Amino acid sequence: MKSGPSNRRRFLKSGVGLGAALVAGAEAGLAADDAKTPAVQPPAPDDPTKVQGRRASAYGERSRFEGAVRIPQGQSSLTPLQAMTGIITPSSLHFERHHAGVPDIDPRRHRLMIHGMVDRPLVLTMDDLKRYPSVTRIYFMECSGNGFRKRGEGTVQEAHGLTSCAEWTGVNLGLVLREAGVQAGASWIVAEGSDAAKMTRSVPLAKAMNDVLLAYGQNGEAIRPEQGYPVRMFVPGWEGNISVKWVRRIKVVDAPYQTREETSKYTDLMPTGKARQFTFEMDPKSLITFPSAGQKLQGPGFYEISGLAWSGRGAIRRVEVSTDGGRTWKDAALQSPVLPIAYTRFRYAWKWDGSEVVLQSRCTDEHGDTQPPLEALVKARGENWNYHFNAIQSWKVNKDGNVENALA
Amino acid sequence: MWRTPLLKTAWFLPILIAAVVLPTYAQSPTYGLGRPASLEEIKAWDDAIHPDGRELPPGSGTAVEGAKVYAAQCAACHGKTGTEGPNDKLVGGQGTLNTKKPMKTVGSFWPYATTVWDYINRSMPFNKPGSMTADEVYAVTAYVLSLNKIIREDEAMNAKTLPQVKMPNRDGFIGDPRPDWESPHSRAPETSKQ
Repeated sequence: MKSGPSNRRRFLKSGVGLGAALVAGAEAGLAADDAKTPAVQPPAPDDPTKVQGRRASAYGERSRFEGAVRIPQGQSSLTPLQAMTGIITPSSLHFERHHAGVPDIDPRRHRLMIHGMVDRPLVLTMDDLKRYPSVTRIYFMECSGNGFRKRGEGTVQEAHGLTSCAEWTGVNLGLVLREAGVQAGASWIVAEGSDAAKMTRSVPLAKAMNDVLLAYGQNGEAIRPEQGYPVRMFVPGWEGNISVKWVRRIKVVDAPYQTREETSKYTDLMPTGKARQFTFEMDPKSLITFPSAGQKLQGPGFYEISGLAWSGRGAIRRVEVSTDGGRTWKDAALQSPVLPIAYTRFRYAWKWDGSEVVLQSRCTDEHGDTQPPLEALVKARGENWNYHFNAIQSWKVNKDGNVENALA
Repeated sequence: MWRTPLLKTAWFLPILIAAVVLPTYAQSPTYGLGRPASLEEIKAWDDAIHPDGRELPPGSGTAVEGAKVYAAQCAACHGKTGTEGPNDKLVGGQGTLNTKKPMKTVGSFWPYATTVWDYINRSMPFNKPGSMTADEVYAVTAYVLSLNKIIREDEAMNAKTLPQVKMPNRDGFIGDPRPDWESPHSRAPETSKQ
């Protein structure tokens, strides 16, 4: 196809159109995510009480007036945190990260092999897995690279969208390993996915025997393909990459295998030239999701500041909010349920006086670890690391009500 | 096939041994789901490589042979000499890790040569992963190591020699000291005011 100036112009034009829609969405303040609300659709009836509604459907959809979507970027997509209510991320909006695309797997043909330092090497079908006693837990997941690359830029979705929280159902990996009979001397497992990268990570056996799941359910239905259908390993509280998706093999071993994903990637380089390795847990982190960058306040008055807090090491005990750029802090209300290794929703009643203000939140987990300002992380780690970024996020509310990213 | 009954017997042996010799570790199955994995099945999938190289298959290759494989399979994404990109740089960067512009490559950063073999074997080339023979993977691994001046051009890489290669950054990794930041509470005495 010829890509002459007319094509280019058309592309630019549609780009401008999208931009305008985004601006219009942003101007709607709370409804900032309705960017997709299409003008081409017929209007809703003036009075819905006077016409029959549509018939029952087989697989439901959200209202056509809702437009919050992920931002896909090839091998990842970002969750629209600013549009979330409560603590559960709908499966369609759960962030993605994959290294060789989303494989298309027939669950009837999928097999999970358990072998290595076990008495009874096993092959399990999906039917076998589902016959084991199941467990259901609500856990957040966060890519360990979340927040670093785009720090200080864009919306909460653009800067921090590689995190989500869902209800996961599956089997305790420890139970399956006990069925296979773990041998003396074993200390790690190696898990492998069925994607084209055959993604491989080593997990300490102690964690594998503790709370790791072989998850086949997500938010009440089968786990989504981009999350590992038909079964993924889910390693609670640890960096997302280690929760190997489409898992087909678990080998019980006596040492970490030093895979590419735990040496070349997902390690943090310190100023000394040494790199931190096997930095598994995600640190306490919170984000104000309203008001946040790209949104607009409609004038002085009452607003409920709202956001999410989580820690890979346990439950959130406290979230504080500052409306003066971190000079003073006040406790936010934690909304039940407050679960370990899950999002906790926080709320803070606020009256905006119309002046320029900087909003921040910081959380403290059950171990007393408090989310740090960026300077504290740079002081501890220098400038060459890029994983496990949990700095306090600042949003500046301008006098005209527009909110922008103000992380220095 | 004559081997099948033998394998079935062999499968029970570890249980017998575990039950008799290792009562501490003997764990008998409660649910009895699934079926035993056969040795053939295990062998077909058992290709993650321990740093001591125990799973490495037979085969061999030198950098001279690997140069051809590299040009055909790798250069389009990693550049003619492993430095041009557009994707990850494979060569150079030694001595830069503690500078303001660290360059992480196979040569400067990767701690184990077995990882290079393993990653190429399982994931590369990107458009046709898992398509190279063991000889080709040994050869192209040798080529990348040789471009980084870690081995000589004529040194054959195989299941015995590859795990013995000492990568320059072998001792470049440390543990996890987190939480490693100073508490903001301690630097903000006005916290409790209001």
